[in-house]
This record gives sequence, C-alpha cells and structure tokens, in this order.
Amino acid sequence: MRIPILRLGDILLTSIQSDITDEQALILQADILKQLDQTQAVGVVLDISALDVVDSYMARILTETARMARLMGGEVVIAGMSPLVAVTLTEMGRELVDVLTALNLELGVEKLRERLASLAGESGEDVADGSR
Amino acid sequence: MGADDIRVAIALRVPDDVVRARQAGRDAARTLGFGMADQTRLATAISEITRNALHYGGGGACEILGSRDGRGREVVVTVTDGGPGIPDIDKAMSPGFSTGNSLGMGLPGARRLVDWMNIESQPGLTRVVMAMRRRSPA
Repeated sequence: MRIPILRLGDILLTSIQSDITDEQALILQADILKQLDQTQAVGVVLDISALDVVDSYMARILTETARMARLMGGEVVIAGMSPLVAVTLTEMGRELVDVLTALNLELGVEKLRERLASLAGESGEDVADGSR
Repeated sequence: MGADDIRVAIALRVPDDVVRARQAGRDAARTLGFGMADQTRLATAISEITRNALHYGGGGACEILGSRDGRGREVVVTVTDGGPGIPDIDKAMSPGFSTGNSLGMGLPGARRLVDWMNIESQPGLTRVVMAMRRRSPA
C-alpha cells in the first residue's frame, strides 16, 4: 500500500500510519521527491508518530530524504518521533543528522513555515547585497 | 516448557518477514512483562539482525524463545542464515563499518540494545544470538 501525500497550500503532509517495510520506505522517499518536483511545494512535514520501530536503515532513509529534498531546494521536517524510538536510536548511537524535527504534526508545519520564511529572508538579503 | 514460556519461529524470505519478526519480538517481550523501552529495544535489534539475514544472507530464520518465572524474565532471539558469512566479525562490530554499497549492517547498534549478543559465522551458516534478561522487582 502506498502512503498518501497531501498538499496543503505550498507544503506537503504525509503520515506513516503503521510499521512499514524497507521497500515501502524507499517508495515513500521517491514519492516525496516526485511530489516536491511536480507540485512546486516548498517543503514536507513527515509524521512518524505511529512508527514504533526506527532502526538504522529507517533512520538513514529519513536523513537521506531530508538531504535529497534540500538539494532540490525543499525542506523536510520529521514530526512526532515517539520517546521510546528517540531513546532507542540514541542508545544505538544513531541520530537523524542535520534534519529538522518537531514534536508533532502541528508544530512541524509551524517549524517548516518558520524555516521557509527565514530562508526567504536570507535570499532577500543576498539580492540586496548583490545590488549594492 | 512451562505455562509462561514462548516460542515463535519466523522464516525470513521477503521484506515483510522483517516486519513480522520485529513485531513478534515486541509481542513476546510484552507478554513476558518487559517494559515498553525494552520492547522497543528488542524489536529494533531484531529488525537490524533479520534485515542482515535477508539482505546479506539471502534469507534465513528467526526464533524467539521467552520464559518467565518468579525470579524474572528472559528472551533469547536466534537469527540464522545460509549466506556467505561475515568475513571479519570484529570489523562488522565496529561502529561506522559499512559494506561496499554503504549500507551498515547495524550489528554494533543492535549489540548496544540487548544484554548479550554472540555471532558465529562461516560460509553457509551465520548465527546471531541475542538475549535480554530482567529480574523481577524484589
């Protein structure tokens, strides 16, 4: 089963609702990048609150998805990691490197909007600098 | 076997079996009375090791044995595969080790989540055994 990706204005929302296989995770990654490309959305909030196992492979896919989206000019926020998953990943010596995270979906949307606003501000300054 | 004993065997042939094995591990740990954090640790460790058996070993089997008595609870997970084997176990156990396709094997991570782990590997048979034990509160 494919995980649906919803569009809300200029951002995408997606939620992993149950334990998924490695293959489903890779399909979701590809779908997110495709949707970013096709919809001109500027960011994605990925809700993982229902995931009760995030092992090194899944952590790697999440990190890479965020990195790939950033290369395309988009942003990914991982929202809702359960406390037990956070404890386990840390004990394993794994983390999500250089990935925006939020406590829940709502705060994830907020963080994504803040991040996008600050990026827009930075590029505005660049333009101003260049015009001097 | 006593009334509180558990034995579950899962064949590892397709990606769904990795999901099945980690869920069975969590269920067993919950049934035996392990806490939520330990359930998550065990499920995650099983996920790492069964994925190896599937991806590097070409498939295999996962057996979960659990027991509980007045003194405490214990779960032992044995994952076997008939693949080419792990050539250098010490290297595979070192953090940051990854293979040619840059997929780490997750062995050091899994080791940190359980109380005990043993790896035996030769061409044709790799066996990883993991155990978690908790004493009942006095």
